[in-house]
Amino acid sequence: MDAIILQFLNGLDKGSAYALIALGLTLIFGTLGVVNFAHGALFMIGAFCSVTVQRILTLSSESLSATEKDFLGNPLKIKTPYVENWFGPEVGAALIDWSVPLAIVFAIPVMLLVGFIMERGLIKHFYKRPHADQILVTFGLAIVLQEVIKYFYGANPLPTPAPSVFVGSFDFGPLLGLDTSLAYPYWRLVYFAFSAAIIGAVFAFLQFTTFGMVVRAGMADRETVGLLGIDIDRRFTIMFGIAAAVAGLAGVMYAPINSPNYHMGMDFLVLSFVVVVVGGMGSLPGAVLAGFMLGILESLASMNEIKNILPGIDQIIIYVVAIIILLTRPRGLMGRKGVMEE
Amino acid sequence: MFGLNKRDAGLLLVVAGLALFAPFLLNPFPTDSAMAQFNAGYPDLMQRFVIFGVFAVGFNLLFGLTGYLSFGHAAFLGIGSYSAVWMFKLLGYNILPGMILSVVVSAVFALMIGYISLRRSGIYFSILTLAFAQMLFAIAYSDLIGRFFGTPITNGETGLQVYTSDPQFFHSENLPDIPHIFGQKMQSTYTLDVGAWSFDFNFGYYFCALILIAAFYLAIRIFRSPFGLMLRAVKSNQQRMNYTGLNTRPYTLAVFVISGMYAGLAGGLMASMDPLAGAERMQWTASGEVVLMTILGGAGTLIGPILGAGFIKYFENIFAKINDNVLHSWFSFMPDGLENLMVALVHPFVGKGWHLTLGLLFMLVVIFLPGGLVEGGQRIAQRLRGKKAAEKATDTSKTPAE
Amino acid sequence: MSFSNPTRRGLIKTGAVASAGLALPTYLRADGHSGFTNAPTGSTVTLGFNVPQTGPYAEEGLDELRAQELAVQHLNGEGDGGMMNTFSSKALKGNGILGKKVEFVTGDTQTKSDAARASAKAMIEKDGAVMINGGSSSGVAVAVQGLCQEAGVIFMAGLTHSNDTTGKDKKANGFRHFFNGYMSAAALAPVLKNAYGSDRKAYHLTADYTWGWTQQESIAAATEAMGWETVNNVLTPLASTDFSSYIAPVLNSGADVLVLNHYGGNMVNSLTNAVQFGLLDKEVNGKKFEIVVPLYSELMAAGAGANVQGVIGSMNWNWQLQDEGSKAFVKSFGEKYGRPPSNSAHTCYVQTLLYADAVERAGTFNPCGVVEALEDFEFDGLGNGPVLYRGDDHQCFKDVLVMKGKENPTNEYDTLEIVEVTPRAQVEYAPDHPMFAGGELGSCNPGA
Repeated sequence: MDAIILQFLNGLDKGSAYALIALGLTLIFGTLGVVNFAHGALFMIGAFCSVTVQRILTLSSESLSATEKDFLGNPLKIKTPYVENWFGPEVGAALIDWSVPLAIVFAIPVMLLVGFIMERGLIKHFYKRPHADQILVTFGLAIVLQEVIKYFYGANPLPTPAPSVFVGSFDFGPLLGLDTSLAYPYWRLVYFAFSAAIIGAVFAFLQFTTFGMVVRAGMADRETVGLLGIDIDRRFTIMFGIAAAVAGLAGVMYAPINSPNYHMGMDFLVLSFVVVVVGGMGSLPGAVLAGFMLGILESLASMNEIKNILPGIDQIIIYVVAIIILLTRPRGLMGRKGVMEE
Repeated sequence: MFGLNKRDAGLLLVVAGLALFAPFLLNPFPTDSAMAQFNAGYPDLMQRFVIFGVFAVGFNLLFGLTGYLSFGHAAFLGIGSYSAVWMFKLLGYNILPGMILSVVVSAVFALMIGYISLRRSGIYFSILTLAFAQMLFAIAYSDLIGRFFGTPITNGETGLQVYTSDPQFFHSENLPDIPHIFGQKMQSTYTLDVGAWSFDFNFGYYFCALILIAAFYLAIRIFRSPFGLMLRAVKSNQQRMNYTGLNTRPYTLAVFVISGMYAGLAGGLMASMDPLAGAERMQWTASGEVVLMTILGGAGTLIGPILGAGFIKYFENIFAKINDNVLHSWFSFMPDGLENLMVALVHPFVGKGWHLTLGLLFMLVVIFLPGGLVEGGQRIAQRLRGKKAAEKATDTSKTPAE
Repeated sequence: MSFSNPTRRGLIKTGAVASAGLALPTYLRADGHSGFTNAPTGSTVTLGFNVPQTGPYAEEGLDELRAQELAVQHLNGEGDGGMMNTFSSKALKGNGILGKKVEFVTGDTQTKSDAARASAKAMIEKDGAVMINGGSSSGVAVAVQGLCQEAGVIFMAGLTHSNDTTGKDKKANGFRHFFNGYMSAAALAPVLKNAYGSDRKAYHLTADYTWGWTQQESIAAATEAMGWETVNNVLTPLASTDFSSYIAPVLNSGADVLVLNHYGGNMVNSLTNAVQFGLLDKEVNGKKFEIVVPLYSELMAAGAGANVQGVIGSMNWNWQLQDEGSKAFVKSFGEKYGRPPSNSAHTCYVQTLLYADAVERAGTFNPCGVVEALEDFEFDGLGNGPVLYRGDDHQCFKDVLVMKGKENPTNEYDTLEIVEVTPRAQVEYAPDHPMFAGGELGSCNPGA
């Protein structure tokens, strides 16, 4: 029982990353009709926003140590972060400690800007082009983005720890009246809560604002909305920015879970496409539902009890589920008819 | 010629000419010159060009004709390779049984995967093929089947290879210990030296090249056949086809299987040139690569996929090998400061940065040449032919090389 | 048309301005007369450095490349000579190899067997390389080793740790300086016993591919021999990025040690996840919970950051070693690149020197001569104390380092500390040990 609860939590956690990326992808599919292979790269750039903020905060002045030597026998360079010089050691250290949450503030404008530039500079010219061209251009862009990151940050994973308050794990055992311990890391709980909040905010935005209403109408019938004299293009640009920001924020908060590296976007790319399609093309709730569902199933499949019966099932479960769902439900869980079916 | 119209025959001759004279065309620079870095006329790369050409031509039969975008075609490539290597292990290094089995086995898999996946269309079809391919990749990479039977089937991430302890039933003392066809070794190379140039004529390459020409000829025939016409009708409006009471699925399934057999053939050839079957060639990145090759060259055109395949393989193999030493030797005629500046400028795009160059080129090609490389070629041809001919060409460019 | 025209070619070559982009002839060509593949005919000899330059191990590959460049400089008599001064064999004179200037070509393995073989083939067929060196994974090492055997050139493996490289996939033309899974386990077991006691229950997470399997097999055998119990061994997909679902059940399994048979990105993530789950803060069976990472790499340890603190693992070599050879190497590497070398850099540097030295001693570039010179070669002064290149399987035997994540690292390179240098005798095994059974070395292949 406790094992199942733990895996359920894991599934929610993985699912929130899948759901956030898939949500952004679906927004772009649904509103702009563009297959965006660079979406994984946006997630990766988000994670590197965390790294960047951490780097900025740890920019240091160097002084030579009188006693200690470095590996070549030269005097060791002692680095003191400027923030510690300016705000005092305690405040400075706290700032550095909180660099990942602080990165959210940094990432939102950056990601919006990246999104706007991408849409205005490139994607806009591909609305009327075949999907094949969209795939090629966005895939090319994804490669370029990750190579640029690699050029500046190297290929190695970069440790980006969460604030020290969130280190360690919370024990659900006593809370649920179990006699075994049921520990789950704080930061992963934070990640889940954060994702839920973002997903909620996106839905609320689309549901309750005029802007959202227009965008939803545009998703359903772009031409008619255009005929009504509404500048749908501008709204779509903003929508692209929001989708980029959602992917980016998913990346910012993901950085402490696994050290970011330049190819993490590609690792998520294929999976997020599977999630979107299983959820059904053009359906935002479908994307979120499929994200959580596949996350949970993947976690459950990696339980030892199941792996003992079906070795290797954890490697293929997502694809098996995708095949079963697509064969039983022609348009995924909640797909709309006629979207990307030709 | 061979039942082809003049244009198609011309195209076939172009491909045959490119393939047969590749050792000359790809080695334009003298062996000892600084530009020799750009020579691509060595056996391994030439083999790769034509093998991936076969793969891409087959992929284009499906994608170019029907519009069905398979994102799992590399699975058939891998299956072909594994089949061929198993034949080497069991029967011996003669490549014929391996080639035959690779085509047969990949056809069987294509039939199964196609039968299921073709129940859906559009992106749903793409994701189904992707899911099957990723499943097969995972199975091959960790050798899940082998674990079940207790003996290596795919030999995991190391790749399946031939050991001296394998049965090799038809192997005998006087046959070579490397892939051959009736004793003629695939890796035997004949080198022609002309002045400062040298050209490699590799037996394995020419074997592959003949297969490419045959595969290309077959592709033209399929494009021009009533069957091909039917497939193009599927692409333009499947719904209407269905309303007329026609069941399109047998047609699409047939072309899916043919396309899978092309991939299997390419996989078999890869194993025949280099007797090791690695699981990575089944990964989604490999499937994505053939999609990129086809689109880059020009989807739906006959020759485009071959050009796209050559383009990507060239960059992968040539640009990755350019290091700072090479750069310094290129710019060594410049004054020191300028030399270092040039090296620093070029450095990010070569060697470990070859991916960056490839990504940029993808974008440039698709932005400026919407129809792929074939479109680019046509534009150049138009310029050359002048304005009058250009007008004529615009009519035909609607159906580029079809 | 003629099959060959060696004299004229020779003339062209000698007259040619030497450049790194220089393309030498392919194998099975003019060199037929000299009896082996790519016999150098001019005033230069080309080595092929095949390392991952893209993909997850790109950083590792970059460090290998740095070391290889340094080795070439030293061989050509530039720089301070590095380990050539401390090497017990004095055959190398700093005038290239057999008087020929050393040049090199580089390639990208992408850490994929196919790409690595393509790249190695280009070096052999196009650039005329007589030796291939480098790589950062066992799959690639086995694949390229097989290729070099067929083509008739020498393969000096880079970082490869699977037992299979010199076990069931060993080849006469291939040599491994790096240690292997068995040696890691043999070195770790006594240290683990001292540190954590002999009554422990271990839970293994193992990357689901060849290296992971052989590593797990080795470490399980070694720890069980000293009294540990293996509670469970769970195979994790290599493509995993999030290991939470494999780590979550560990705490309630009754195990009090977690062994992570992971390398590279897998290791970084699984260790990070394990620390997140607070495993290191827990007590199980009345003992403090511990994590073991059998194979460390300083680059990957840096990727895991503070999570490595207190975690024990093993390494082939480390820059903190204080023998003369290591000090000389760290000095010349550090002065050139401003950073200490990694253990994969060390291996590639040493392998290049060892190859050059073997050629000098054999007096020929012929792979068969080189093989003969390297087999059962004993040497010292290249770090790790006295080393034997065993003829039976072409595996090096030398001291193994047991490392521990440093509690208070002073800088970014100072993430690990040496706990113990396990002497060579303790990690040796018979050539026919069951973990290395199957496969045959075969005989050296000089190619054409």
